[in-house]
Amino acid sequence: MIIKQLSVFLENQTGRINQVTDVLGKNGINMSAFSVAEGSEFGILRLIVPDPEHAKEVLKKNGFMATITDVVRLVTPNTAGALAKALNILASEGVFIQYMYAFSAGETANVVIRPNNIERCSQILKEHKFDLLKADTSYQI
Amino acid sequence: MIWNQSCECMSREELRDLQGKRLREVVESVYNNTPFYKKKMDELGVKPKDINSIDDIVKLPFTTKTDLRDNYPFGLCNVKMKDIVRIHASSGTTGKPTVVGYTKNDLKNWTECLSRCFTAYGAGKEDMFQISYGYGLFTGGLGAHYGAENIGASVIPMSSGNTDKQLLLMQDFGTSVLCCTPSYALFMADKINELKIDKKSLNLKIGVFGAEPWTEEMRKEIEDKLGIKAYDIYGLSEIAGPGVGFECESQAGTHLNEDHFYPEIVDPATLQPVTDGECGELVFTHLTKEGMPLLRYRTKDLTSITHETCDCGRTLARMEKILGRSDDMLIIRGVNVFPSQIESVILGMEEFAPHYKIFVERVNNLDQMEVWVEVREEYFTDELEKMLALKKKLSAAIHSVLGIAVPIKLVEPMSIERSEGKAKRVFDKRKLK
Ligand SMILES: [Zn+2]
Repeated sequence: MIIKQLSVFLENQTGRINQVTDVLGKNGINMSAFSVAEGSEFGILRLIVPDPEHAKEVLKKNGFMATITDVVRLVTPNTAGALAKALNILASEGVFIQYMYAFSAGETANVVIRPNNIERCSQILKEHKFDLLKADTSYQI
Repeated sequence: MIWNQSCECMSREELRDLQGKRLREVVESVYNNTPFYKKKMDELGVKPKDINSIDDIVKLPFTTKTDLRDNYPFGLCNVKMKDIVRIHASSGTTGKPTVVGYTKNDLKNWTECLSRCFTAYGAGKEDMFQISYGYGLFTGGLGAHYGAENIGASVIPMSSGNTDKQLLLMQDFGTSVLCCTPSYALFMADKINELKIDKKSLNLKIGVFGAEPWTEEMRKEIEDKLGIKAYDIYGLSEIAGPGVGFECESQAGTHLNEDHFYPEIVDPATLQPVTDGECGELVFTHLTKEGMPLLRYRTKDLTSITHETCDCGRTLARMEKILGRSDDMLIIRGVNVFPSQIESVILGMEEFAPHYKIFVERVNNLDQMEVWVEVREEYFTDELEKMLALKKKLSAAIHSVLGIAVPIKLVEPMSIERSEGKAKRVFDKRKLK
């Protein structure tokens, strides 16, 4: 399933990530996934939230620069080799992964993938019967 | 069109001879009539007889705005008051105004210079000039007024302000040439829009804009909004007022009336002359002025000059757009850096907001400079590599202008303060120690 990820520009300053989570928390926005990409003096915070457009506006009002990016969200069983299987298939089909992050909860593992070709990535995973959550459920765990 | 072919297109050798001859005369005159210059030249051990060609100008002392203030009001007058026929003054931001006096000949030469400007813009007898520069102590209004009359045009001595009346006369009188500051031109253009005046019902053709710095973007905006061709006119009251320099139809720099005002570009730190095309401080020496001739007056304006003949046929030197003020210059590892150079790079790249900060400090005896900029929201992407590429692009552009590598820091939107007036952009921590 293709879902919307919220990306936030952050200067590398102590406490800056807290300010993002504070703003989201005060506005009742729950994050279901979270990752940070770091440059030397700035970073990009990537978030999965229920209503990314709304969250973007809320952050913007609070002085943050954010953008929305399409990503693929994949759910695999939380067992050894499950993720490797998916990644092997993508690699053999020539899908390049720009970045990904994953976290497991109980029986399942959630993976957020940003491939070079998002439509194709989603298509391939569907063809191989991977569990791609629907948009309405995929923003929650 | 060219007003004075023989002066504006004279061969460089002839011009240099003329400049040398005039320089000798002016030096002789100030040495004998203005105690300030006699003292300055004596201190340097220079006598009028040492000045034999225009190249000898480097032997002469400089003059600064402070010198003008210290000799307020008429200390630098080189003639008796009875020979002064006009006085202008520019209001300083602090203290007393800077005063200049003109003889009859000075006014004649100034008017000649303005006639050259207006003719270069394509204006002539048939034109209706609306002079919307301020009349009074400021040189803009009266300067442009006499120049326009001299080329035989009709003149509306409007002065600045009272925009409704400006627009009424513009329509009813059929103004074809508008002279004012570029910001006032934009203000009028917006008013025309607001009042839904059809710009085709106006007879405007030419805009003569000066007295403040303006950008190419402003020029385009004014030209689009008013449906005119906009030309730059350069001047400063200490030298004459408007008409020291002008753009021709080629718009390839500002021609300087150098048979009257000799231009030099010097390194603001060493005061040594720099070569053609190199940026430095613009310095003028009066070659024909009688009332208050100045030797090597430091304008503090930063620009460069070329002496190549222009496509228009004029041999008069051309200067680039004014880049900024020499007071703002930083010396980084021995290299002269003007914040305005960095600013123009940033303004030229739409990926960044037009706000920046420059930090300078000394680490292990080495100057370090860092530039902070905000990426525009439309250019923020989720991909780290693309963001780093933006940084690299700006860094490369600045490197090619300054010749030194400058680290860039991308900062969050709106984190650099916005201010109405002059924002503080440069933080040189070296001076604190
Ligand atoms: Zn020209």
